[in-house]
Amino acid sequence: MSKVYLSYNNIISSLGFDSKSVVEKIHNEVSGLTLVNDVKLFSRPFYSSLIHTGKLKEAFYVLNPIKEYTRLEQMMITSLSDCITTSGITITDRIGLIISTTKGNIDVLDEENSFPEERSYLSELGKSVGEFFKFKNDAIIVSNACVSGILAVAVAKRYIIQGTYDHVFIASGDVVTEFILSGFNSFQAISDAPCKPYCKNRTGINIGEVAASVLVTSDSKLLNEESVEVIGEGSCNDANHISGPSRTGEGLYRSIASALKQAKIPSDSIDYISAHGTATNYNDEMEAIAFNRHDLGSTPVNSLKGFFGHTLGASGLLETIVGMHSLKNNTLYVSLGFEEMGVSQPINVIEETTVKELNTFLKTASGFGGCNTAILFQTIQKTNI
Amino acid sequence: MTQKNHIKSYVHIKNNTVSLNGTVVYNDNEPDFKSFIKGAYKAVDTKYPKFFKMDSLSKLAFLAGDIVLNSEQLSTEEEHNIALVFSNKASSLDTDRKHQKSIQHKENYYPSPAVFVYTLPNICIGEISIKHKLYSENSFFIFDGFNAAHLEVYATSLLADEKADKVLCGWVEYDGDDNYEAFLYLVSPEGKIAHNTEEIIKLYTN
Repeated sequence: MSKVYLSYNNIISSLGFDSKSVVEKIHNEVSGLTLVNDVKLFSRPFYSSLIHTGKLKEAFYVLNPIKEYTRLEQMMITSLSDCITTSGITITDRIGLIISTTKGNIDVLDEENSFPEERSYLSELGKSVGEFFKFKNDAIIVSNACVSGILAVAVAKRYIIQGTYDHVFIASGDVVTEFILSGFNSFQAISDAPCKPYCKNRTGINIGEVAASVLVTSDSKLLNEESVEVIGEGSCNDANHISGPSRTGEGLYRSIASALKQAKIPSDSIDYISAHGTATNYNDEMEAIAFNRHDLGSTPVNSLKGFFGHTLGASGLLETIVGMHSLKNNTLYVSLGFEEMGVSQPINVIEETTVKELNTFLKTASGFGGCNTAILFQTIQKTNI
Repeated sequence: MTQKNHIKSYVHIKNNTVSLNGTVVYNDNEPDFKSFIKGAYKAVDTKYPKFFKMDSLSKLAFLAGDIVLNSEQLSTEEEHNIALVFSNKASSLDTDRKHQKSIQHKENYYPSPAVFVYTLPNICIGEISIKHKLYSENSFFIFDGFNAAHLEVYATSLLADEKADKVLCGWVEYDGDDNYEAFLYLVSPEGKIAHNTEEIIKLYTN
């Protein structure tokens, strides 16, 4: 069976408009979260990682758009444009497009939004992005709550292995909206401070926004220096509750087991875990339990939510891209916001950015509906030996 | 990779009618979806009080899934590795509009977690997984219309990679009382209908 790799990538975020500058900020422990005071979005000031509208417009208009695009479309197109350009790939009918998003253009449902309500259909988002780059195939849209961004990687791999496409571009994105903030607030999950994943002093989540893109390919000639091989994946359900994670971490445990089995590696060969870490008690505790069931209690783990907040359907891909750079730089990045252990099972939260040889990392995510995804990635040189 | 897969059984829910493997099992003339789906729920004898807390998309998908899975007479003693791969066009927009209505006007502001949780299309997959104890692969896709080719590829991939023993696939769309439709089919090593795009489309348009 042919190998599948992640290659050229981009992140559009409050920390910068390309992956390298974003990772540099993470290296320097600069958070993208700031206090936002905008009553149109939320009734009280809140922490978020909003993308600078002026800078976004500037970057987007360089691409010469000939019609109106929503904020999310501008983010995703700007991100994907960088990814496609740097890859040097010409779009043909052998190239697929996967869009991963939790809520897409949900802001157009607001009566005050000037775009037509039809734009809220995710297939319209797919068309908008796909037509901009003249993709020959319709976009496949993955909308599976907060695992969408990482699940999209598994989906891309599966379509390549099945021979449907030679290469797949994934574009992930979600925007900060009143819709999302009011909903999470109804669950009393929104923190009034920057979030503190796995920390005893945590007070809930922050919602943030990013767009992220990556090239998925089986062509070893299309790799760049941070490329990784996708060596195993799994996406299992908790079968427990629609809005609360399983107390035994069942779905996450099984997702990791499925990925390990496919990769044919033991759990102790994982050098680093890029976890979901939303900074809610339920999520963080569930992850600690699932990791310990795989004897991963001493494996270095971080959550990047302290840098971006929870960026919903984009978070899994964003964090995968940072993980790719983590491997390339042989560096474990700090889990920002963590002070004191706040989960009942031991986990090895990365407390300071550390240089360490890294070959294999595990990315996980979990979401409403009981969904979980785990994917194992490995550096290329090591797998070719 | 050489293993041949089949479509073992399939269900349709549309136009006030529920049919299993092409045979009508329930039909009524109720003017609205809520009354119709309640009647169908009673008729197929699904005893599951949580059903009444679900939004319309979940009710539709849950009932369709329940009918197929019950017809398989799966043993409750052992686990079943049946993946769920669903798709639609309108995502969870019907409930999204409800949540938006609850936050549109500051003087009439009433967002609720019971509504908000259903503003995700994959919640219906969670509902079926909980009832049937399916700790299996699951994914929700959005397409402009029913996309047999993509569903076929994805189900084939899950079976070839041994991620699942069977795959419950299909289309579950709820976009208002006049626009609802469920079509689910079970892909399995057993069965009489070949698992290919042509057959899937034939069953879908049946």
